[in-house]
Amino acid sequence: MSLRPDLAIIAENVAPGSRVLDVGCGDGELMAELRDRRQVDARGIEIAAANVSMAVARGLSVVQGDADTDLANYPDQAFDYAILSQTLQTARAPDRVLDELLRIGRRAFVSFPNFAHWRVRLALLWGGRMPVTRALPVSWWATENIHHFTIDDFRAFLGERGITVEKAWFLNGDHRTTAAAANFRAEHAVFLLKR
Amino acid sequence: MSDLDQRFGLARSVTLPGPLELDGGLRFGPIDIGYETYGRLAEDGSNAILICHALTGDQHVASTHPITGKPGWWTRMVGTGRPIDPARHFIICSNVLGSCMGTSGPASIDPACLMPYGMRFPVITLRDMVRVQALLLDHLGVGTLEAVIGGSMGGMQALEWAATYPDRVRSAVVIASAARHSAQNIAFNEVGRQAIMADPRWRGGDYYADADPPSAGLAVARMAAHITYLSETGLTEKFGRRLQARDAKSFGFDADFQVESYLRHQGISFVERFDANSYLYITRAIDYFDLAEEHGGLLANAFRGSKTRFCVVSFDSDWLYPTSEARAVVHALNAAGAAVSFVELSSPFGHDAFLLEAPELNRVVDGFLRAGEA
Repeated sequence: MSLRPDLAIIAENVAPGSRVLDVGCGDGELMAELRDRRQVDARGIEIAAANVSMAVARGLSVVQGDADTDLANYPDQAFDYAILSQTLQTARAPDRVLDELLRIGRRAFVSFPNFAHWRVRLALLWGGRMPVTRALPVSWWATENIHHFTIDDFRAFLGERGITVEKAWFLNGDHRTTAAAANFRAEHAVFLLKR
Repeated sequence: MSDLDQRFGLARSVTLPGPLELDGGLRFGPIDIGYETYGRLAEDGSNAILICHALTGDQHVASTHPITGKPGWWTRMVGTGRPIDPARHFIICSNVLGSCMGTSGPASIDPACLMPYGMRFPVITLRDMVRVQALLLDHLGVGTLEAVIGGSMGGMQALEWAATYPDRVRSAVVIASAARHSAQNIAFNEVGRQAIMADPRWRGGDYYADADPPSAGLAVARMAAHITYLSETGLTEKFGRRLQARDAKSFGFDADFQVESYLRHQGISFVERFDANSYLYITRAIDYFDLAEEHGGLLANAFRGSKTRFCVVSFDSDWLYPTSEARAVVHALNAAGAAVSFVELSSPFGHDAFLLEAPELNRVVDGFLRAGEA
């Protein structure tokens, strides 16, 4: 089983034996990896019932819930890491979700598609159409992504809020790419954050 | 464990001396307990699962009911190849305190006067029921439970187990249940109780001598309750406005509609197997249930420091114990830092869904239990 590239980066960088909350955990793919290979005490939140059933059936502790509303019930600093992969752009209030992640977790992993990737720019600039790309494969009317943002947007946002970037990784397809010109060249980004 | 050990098997009973300190302040004993066990207790005692039954359930979870002749009430969950499997688990199911299938209740004989208790039976709580189950486990030589599992009132007992005996419960499965009874829940129970007490045959609960119980009142109580176990969609699908074995309305008060006929049947068949006073006592116990109240008003306190794993399941069409009640439990467990899984499953069958064929429920429970066995 091979993990999605952004999840693989997260899995490699979670300290073994730590406590993790995976927000938007899907069917628990990353959680299972963390539990089985890194002895992590992993908990998850997932909005889709079918995914929750699958995750629970593989023995994971997953709660059906919504990142926008259900994080408030977790105590401060209850986890070493809170993980939000490919979900921030779907939140109704991404700023609040990020605040909650950094309240619940000592650190947070956040991964998201970069809206300033050159293919996206090209689609808008020359095509005049909302981009449908490898990283953003769903049409404007069907996508769950309601808050599109770029790597530079995210960095600026973190700066305004005094959130520290401990580390960042950039992906072009399945391949890692350098931080240089990442806002132009990377389709996905993974950030490790700390308040 | 010997096969000849009379403590184990179907249709068992035991009388324990007690006395038990009840939440109501009285001391109660001796205590009769009717129960069944399935499977064998592992050498290290690690495979015991306690099943808690609902309001009108009993210990015959996977064996034929002695009065109705029907199969056990949860054969979809318990049995060979099922999530709770006698080949793997040592399964215990006991009749709750206050009931009428072999465990002490208002129909039992009061040893002090050799007459049925009737309304002299003490008012009990769900915690009292759980304490009696703990005494039974002591008697059976079971220290720690691999799991305690139940739906509806059984789920409340599972929560109560985890709160009262945290060191004896490794995991708890709470299905279609709640941590307290809501005003609406209490209201429906009160309708049932008033139906029983308004029946002239009830006679202050003293009806045992001439075998003439308040069947009409109990049947109405059951009919009212049964509506709360179903969903509007389910009722519409099953009956709609269809007439019962007739082509036209009778312009009378016979059971013209199929749904009337169905409810009457539910009421009449229920009174054959259940005691009216037990219905009063158990519904009262459920009404009194408020796990937060038992822990300083904060539900999370009931689970503070708990090492128990929890699995909470609700059904989207259950309006008796709706998903919002399950979520309140989950939020408290999260706040307490407990390991919890929660899923709302989809079903058209309302509260009753937990007793019906539900492959998704089985998959969730099976995965959850096996993860605890690894």
